[in-house]
Amino acid sequence: MSVQTPIYLDNNSTTRVDPRVVEAMLPYFTEVYGNAASRSHPFGWSAEDAVENARNQVARVFGADPKEIIFTSGATESNNLAIKGIAEMYADKGDHIITAVTEHKAVLDACKHLEKDGKKVTYLEVKPDGMIDLEELRNAITDKTILVSIMTANNEIGVVQPMAEIGKICREKGVLLHSDAVQAYGKIPMDVNAMNIDLASITAHKIYGPKGIGVLYVRRRNPRVRLTAQMDGGGHERGFRSGTLNVPGIVGFGKAAELMQQEMEDESKRLTTLRERMLTGLKDAIDEAYVNGSLEHRLPGNLNVSFNYVEGESLLMGLKDVALSSGSACTSASLEPSYVLKALGVGDELAHSSLRFGLGRFTTEEEVDYVVRRVIHEVSRLREMSPLWELAQEGVDLATVKWNAGSH
Amino acid sequence: MPYSDKVIDHYENPRNVGSFDKNDPEVGTGIVGAPECGDVMKLQLKINAQGVIEDAKFKTFGCGSAIASSSLATEMVKGRTLEEAMQIKNTEIVQELALPPVKIHCSVLAEDAIKAAIQDYQQKQGAKLLQNADVSATETVVA
Ligand SMILES: Cc1ncc(COP(=O)(O)O)c(C=O)c1O
Ligand code: FES
Repeated sequence: MSVQTPIYLDNNSTTRVDPRVVEAMLPYFTEVYGNAASRSHPFGWSAEDAVENARNQVARVFGADPKEIIFTSGATESNNLAIKGIAEMYADKGDHIITAVTEHKAVLDACKHLEKDGKKVTYLEVKPDGMIDLEELRNAITDKTILVSIMTANNEIGVVQPMAEIGKICREKGVLLHSDAVQAYGKIPMDVNAMNIDLASITAHKIYGPKGIGVLYVRRRNPRVRLTAQMDGGGHERGFRSGTLNVPGIVGFGKAAELMQQEMEDESKRLTTLRERMLTGLKDAIDEAYVNGSLEHRLPGNLNVSFNYVEGESLLMGLKDVALSSGSACTSASLEPSYVLKALGVGDELAHSSLRFGLGRFTTEEEVDYVVRRVIHEVSRLREMSPLWELAQEGVDLATVKWNAGSH
Repeated sequence: MPYSDKVIDHYENPRNVGSFDKNDPEVGTGIVGAPECGDVMKLQLKINAQGVIEDAKFKTFGCGSAIASSSLATEMVKGRTLEEAMQIKNTEIVQELALPPVKIHCSVLAEDAIKAAIQDYQQKQGAKLLQNADVSATETVVA
């Protein structure tokens, strides 16, 4: 076997830092260690230059102006700053926000927080393929709506929303559009102007950059977006986000962004081919393997599959030489399976049977083939052990069985 | 989630996987859990005329701990009388497999499955034995 285990296939969760990014960052720990806000000496000037260069690199990927890039500690902070900052700043104009049920927790929980403060939030349902319904969005907008927050691509199922159409509707109705673009940025073409996106959250660690450094894009023109800062302090980042800048992190983000832009076209083709190879390999050998979410509107590197009659956590345990995640509740602290899969109308049973494959820059064809073989082996082993598989083989329709869920 | 060596052993080398004919009068079948909850356990006991469990088999849809719990349960019941098997508590499984608190319900399921299988057997036999063998009335430890 030419592959080295364990194999990392959890790139929607986080990514390995590219060695070229590490190399770019290193001087900013020990040589250029000045505070980017220090105006009185060269240490500060060099740090500031590096930050401005990174701002350029990050902005260019999605057609933004460098002045519209606000550095934060990550996308969780960016999402919070965008949603709470807009709600506070535009409180006179309205109190209604629209988002979708499949958003990341950082968006959903920021919205829930605002609901406690008396704001109104509409959570749009999604269609079985994970896409929002544009008419539903249009109809949900009222004269009290100040913000629509829809993610560009989903972290569990990789489904990509039609941002240009969403942006058009928001512009027509005169409401601001925020997008959690964490998963999409640098992986699929994005343009904040063509898409009419007014605010966007991104993070370096999903694009082979370091953890703990994020960006909030805030539009400066047509319209000029205002925002109430959520952190009080020295007034850094145009007053939107106080705190001494994480210069090495920012430099790493810039380098990572530049590499994504340079390699996007080739990499997206390569990953799409690898994903298709994986899906074909799995489906050819395994009956009743279902892809969750649209395959057509999807990030190149993401595949989310339910293997009917096999529970996800036990499958992960069998695949201990592969780093993956599952939508099964038993893998997380909660008792409910993935809310994203449930929102698609995937039954609890199939949600418990799902695996998320996140292919990335360092994933090879040999690794994909190895994982396919291992999954096929484990699924058939576990099905031999599964009472549900046995019932299904006997022709019993599981939906008609009355289960004795017991006392647990 | 780190698993104990015993859970891993039962998961990788499950004992007594399989099925008996559920229409065999000597076989008691217990199916507990629900697919929506992410766990379904089927436990079958083969019981001789003396009321002793001669053989046991299981099939489980569930996490590694659930598979290990049912695998262990098949080992524990063999050679016991029905009365003895009714006394098996999920806490013995928890101890033997060193299950963490979030996995206690997997062992509860195994205990429920033993009781459900015995109940099924008794119903088949129309036996008057062990009238209090009512699964829902059994006290169990829930996570
Ligand atoms: C869609 C999405 N939004 C937000 C985040 C949070 O980003 P961060 O880890 O930088 O806070 C993540 C991943 O962690 C994500 O996948
Ligand atoms: S079956 Fe869900 S935690 Fe064991």
